[in-house]
Amino acid sequence: MARVIVITSGKGGVGKTTTTANLGMSLAQLGYQTALIDADIGLRNLDLLLGLENRVIYTALEVLSGECRLEQALIRDKRQPGLTLLPAAQNRNKDSVNSEQMKYLVSLMEDQYDYILIDCPAGIETGFHNAIGPAREAIVVTTPEIAAVRDADRVIGLLEANGIQKINLLVNRLRPEMVKSNDMMSVSDVKEILAIPLIGVIPEDECVIISTNRGEPLVLEKKLSLPGVAFENTAYRLDGQQVDFIDFESYSKGPLKRLRNFFLGSSAT
Amino acid sequence: MITEFFERLFIGTSRGSREDVKRRLKLVLAHDRSTLNASTLEKMRKEILVVVSKYVELDTESLEFSIKTDSRMTALIANLPIRRILQSESSL
Repeated sequence: MARVIVITSGKGGVGKTTTTANLGMSLAQLGYQTALIDADIGLRNLDLLLGLENRVIYTALEVLSGECRLEQALIRDKRQPGLTLLPAAQNRNKDSVNSEQMKYLVSLMEDQYDYILIDCPAGIETGFHNAIGPAREAIVVTTPEIAAVRDADRVIGLLEANGIQKINLLVNRLRPEMVKSNDMMSVSDVKEILAIPLIGVIPEDECVIISTNRGEPLVLEKKLSLPGVAFENTAYRLDGQQVDFIDFESYSKGPLKRLRNFFLGSSAT
Repeated sequence: MITEFFERLFIGTSRGSREDVKRRLKLVLAHDRSTLNASTLEKMRKEILVVVSKYVELDTESLEFSIKTDSRMTALIANLPIRRILQSESSL
């Protein structure tokens, strides 16, 4: 029986799809059979971030309408065979699917997988309710910005009202140097305000954009970048392992500072 | 104000915006979280009507019950027109 986890945020553009792609790939690398479901019907993106866009033939909608079997719509990643994608339809709108149909799709899949991650669309309307319907757990993604945190708070309330008790927080696009100069909320500020357990912290980094340009999730790189390590650590924590959070402030400055940190040790705690 | 001026002069930066964003966020969330959902409101409405109906007979046609939120506070507005006072209860 799979752990069914919805990745949601309320606000758009905070990194739900990036998180889904990287956590999914990481979990597959850990040896788990992992399925990713793109629930953003009409605005399909997850296939792009995974570099699987050329392999999409059928989508969840054709499975539901009986035009194809589930197995025909599932795309198995050639780089990591433990990872499977169920794409969303691009040429329909969000009302093409309902909550019961999403639950049905997950019920077809949950015996064959260890993890099923559902990439939720932005907003709190139909698409959101469809995505959270089959989920038993949630990861709420936010950035340390006022609008994103407010929307995250709203989404947490809605998840709880829909009977999802296990909700974890992922803070994305953290800029440690701005936190240091008191111009950005820290991770503990956000955690204190939203009052749910923290599962991951991802620093802002150009390499995230580069990886999406190439369609290669960060965690696939041979030498992992800092956000890559942070996503991998998040996957370990999801798996129940104890992993310390990285002190990004000691990484935030140039090579001189890093050298100093290397010899003198980081002063930040 | 003078210290702020000297701070800007010598340190070169103004006070960070982190405290501002935390303060604004806490206020706006306190407001967001105070809104009740429809089912809770309905449940509360029924319970209040049961209590009030013990003492007075209400005009059930023209009851009003709503939550009103403005920028400062959230209020429960109930307009319960009374048909008559129930004698047996009022004599207690």
